Amino acid sequence: MQILQLKETVAFMSYRRGALIFSVILMLASVFSLMTNKLNFGLDFTGGTLIEVGFEKAADLNKIRAVMDSNGYPDAVVQLYGSSRDVVIRLAEREGLNVEMLGNEVLSALQAGTGQNMEMRRIEFVGGSVGDELAEQGGLAMLTALICILVYVAFRFEWRFALGSVFALFHDVLLTLGLFSALKLEFDLTVLAAILAVIGYSLNDTIVVSDRIRENFRKLREGGPADIINISLTQTLSRTFITSITTLLVLAALFFRGGELIHGFATALLFGVFVGTYSSIYVASSVALAFGISKEDLIPEVIDKEGADQEEMTP
Amino acid sequence: MLNKYPLWKTLMVLFIVAFGALYALPNLYPEDPAVQVSGLRGVEANAATLDSVKSELTADNISFSSIVLENGQLLVRFSDTEQQLRARDLLEESLGDKFSVALNLTPATPAWLASVGGTPMKLGLDLSGGVSFLMEVNMSEAIVKAQDALVDDFRTDLRGEKIRYRSVKKANNSINVQFRNAEDLTAAHDFLKKRYRDFLMSENADNLTLSAKMTDQKLKEVREYALQQNITIIRNRVNELGVSEPLVQRQGKKHIIIELPGVQDTAKAKEILNATATIEFRLVDTDGDLSAALNGRVPASSKLLYERDGKPVLLKKRVMLTGDHIVDAGSSFDEYSRPQVNISLDSAGGGKMSNGTKSNIGKPMATVFIEYKPTDRKDAEGNTIFEKIEEVISVATIQARLGKTFRITGAGSQSEAHNLALLLRAGALVAPIQIVEERTVGPTLGAENVKLGFQAILMGFGLVFIFMIIYYRAFGVVANLALGANLVLIIGVMSLIPGATLTLPGMAGIVLTVGMAVDANVLIFERIREEMREGKSIQQSIHQGYDAAFSTIIDANITTLIAALILYAIGTGPIKGFAITLSIGIITSMFTAVVGTRTIVNAVWGGKRLDKLSI
Repeated sequence: MQILQLKETVAFMSYRRGALIFSVILMLASVFSLMTNKLNFGLDFTGGTLIEVGFEKAADLNKIRAVMDSNGYPDAVVQLYGSSRDVVIRLAEREGLNVEMLGNEVLSALQAGTGQNMEMRRIEFVGGSVGDELAEQGGLAMLTALICILVYVAFRFEWRFALGSVFALFHDVLLTLGLFSALKLEFDLTVLAAILAVIGYSLNDTIVVSDRIRENFRKLREGGPADIINISLTQTLSRTFITSITTLLVLAALFFRGGELIHGFATALLFGVFVGTYSSIYVASSVALAFGISKEDLIPEVIDKEGADQEEMTP
Repeated sequence: MLNKYPLWKTLMVLFIVAFGALYALPNLYPEDPAVQVSGLRGVEANAATLDSVKSELTADNISFSSIVLENGQLLVRFSDTEQQLRARDLLEESLGDKFSVALNLTPATPAWLASVGGTPMKLGLDLSGGVSFLMEVNMSEAIVKAQDALVDDFRTDLRGEKIRYRSVKKANNSINVQFRNAEDLTAAHDFLKKRYRDFLMSENADNLTLSAKMTDQKLKEVREYALQQNITIIRNRVNELGVSEPLVQRQGKKHIIIELPGVQDTAKAKEILNATATIEFRLVDTDGDLSAALNGRVPASSKLLYERDGKPVLLKKRVMLTGDHIVDAGSSFDEYSRPQVNISLDSAGGGKMSNGTKSNIGKPMATVFIEYKPTDRKDAEGNTIFEKIEEVISVATIQARLGKTFRITGAGSQSEAHNLALLLRAGALVAPIQIVEERTVGPTLGAENVKLGFQAILMGFGLVFIFMIIYYRAFGVVANLALGANLVLIIGVMSLIPGATLTLPGMAGIVLTVGMAVDANVLIFERIREEMREGKSIQQSIHQGYDAAFSTIIDANITTLIAALILYAIGTGPIKGFAITLSIGIITSMFTAVVGTRTIVNAVWGGKRLDKLSI
């Protein structure tokens, strides 16, 4: 079977101005959203307490809120979690809150207040300082990853490709963060992990394309840089699509079957794979092209054989 | 001939996959309910404990499938949980407070598998249920304490050297010694410089002060010591909890992570972790009447305490030395190769010990272990009441006047001496600790996570399987075989690496690896199709396809591996689990997708004259 039967080379690069405008608009929108909406940081980063309770029957959120209010937790945020019977209660860190006993206290208060049977599913408490440290470490990890990758690609390929691929990664990460901020989805540690996995995936894609571009620069004698990039993108397009499909398939399995705890993870990756596929076609190659990639940059230097420039001695 | 593997290469691939399968195998066996008996406070379970447990279980008609003694712990397996619960109640009552009895689920790995090192994967807390704590060691307090001890040491040393000083004071992050004249200052500088090499000393001639500052190296040492010591204390306390397979591990520079699988009652765990234990040295009251004391007539200046085996000892009330003066303790052997415990005190403690022992040579001295244990009772304000438990851990005769360092013999076997040293070190906390993170996962949520994770893996696998067969037909089947081998290898490697735990994000990592692992095959297969379209022969196309795709696959995977390794370095708990499965998956998938599929392709299609290829 064959999904794409491309006979002709697709002139990807002639649309690159449009793609550039599209990308810039999306990136600006992401930055705008991140500035106005900010990220909805989860417990891992903000600190505080989270209690997940499973009720026997569908939970009445208003009643739970009233119970929490009357028991001295007016700031409690009560939400459904995944199903109508699972409830998550969030409490911000504040002075005088006895975290040690909090879980049991809340549980017995709810039991008395709602008259329903329930079970404690999970309690998480994170101190504020830990969250700050984590946010710092997370940012640092992202940066280290980008730099390491920049160095590797520059070493294996060429600095223009390295810039292109790192720019594409930056683009993907920014758009994914923008999505989470625009939709106000919770940003926790698993989402951070997913974003690093997006970096991995998107890079994978970019490397495959760059590899082919390099090969074609060396192999094909005709055509300018834009033509060669077009040919390479067309040749790798079918693998790009198939890999995206298989990855999206497994991510769909995670999204629908993985449960509430990794919903954010799956969302970030699903979106990231889409953007990553697009960016490996348009962002990475157009950046390399914009920096003036040419045949000479990729052809390995010919080392002169000793004495090759001398005339052959005739006996 | 093109596309033929030598026999050794095929055998090597088969061997590696079989090896992975062997170590993945233990995961298929269910777990046995078991009861774990471990000793407390330096006691170890031994053959005698084993015999008594055995006879008690048989006497009570509780059937067990096996009983083994391992690392000073007793493990009794049962065929069902009912027997297990009955045995727990029985043993808890009969063994008393010298042992802790814990419920446990032990992998039912068959003996032949266990003998080659086969164990099932460890499940993270989000899958097994339980509680985890992150504790932070207060490092500034540790440094303050170290400086306090130093002020004492400086005073003692200068006095011993007969150098007169005006004052020794602790400033911000240095210790300032003031002198009366310049000669003393120079003399002291020369003397202290030699003695305390890990300090930066600077003279101030104007106000006749010498200030000593810890070098960065020394500061690091102090912090490191505080962390290590706290880990030892916590490990001891966690052992007292009687939890099966607890984990106490350092994390970064000042954090300790504690995982207690299966524990739901966090209140009790926290109380024990926060509890304090210490040591005291007292003289034995040799003049008092022990039998009178046993009948309730204890002399006013004495106190009746008991040894571990129940032997009563009459001690003087006056405490000779408290445990917070202990700086270090270790175990070794004396000249008659009897086990002994070596104790180092700070200088104040050394002085006290010296004064206390000089007039008591030849008399017995007792080491008392004091512990505050939480009880079920609460006071009026709802705080838990702690019970003070005192126990004599050793009685030894004072051989000579003791100083800053001395030794205790008569603590029993070598392992008991070792444990006593641990407890002595653990007696006083070097720096206070505080819980900064706590996560509890209920058992139902854990089980649910396992189920969801497995469903996602199966569904992801299924979808990719179907897609690959539709798209690449016979070659799709080859890719699927490689994918299956990849899963087996991931599980095998995960089971083999001791530190690797499977978490829910880890399962997500496996799912993701499945999606991405086929990428290598897609690259190869697309390349083969391309070569065929260019009119090359089928054998040529296969050969070229694999060759040309190889460097691309390596580059693409190494960069992903970089991202995964960075994730491992910064991540904690579940995230580390994700990074581990992702990294292992990347490496194993490179092997199965490139070498594995090539082996099959070569065996089926290689070296034959073909007109058509099912790709």
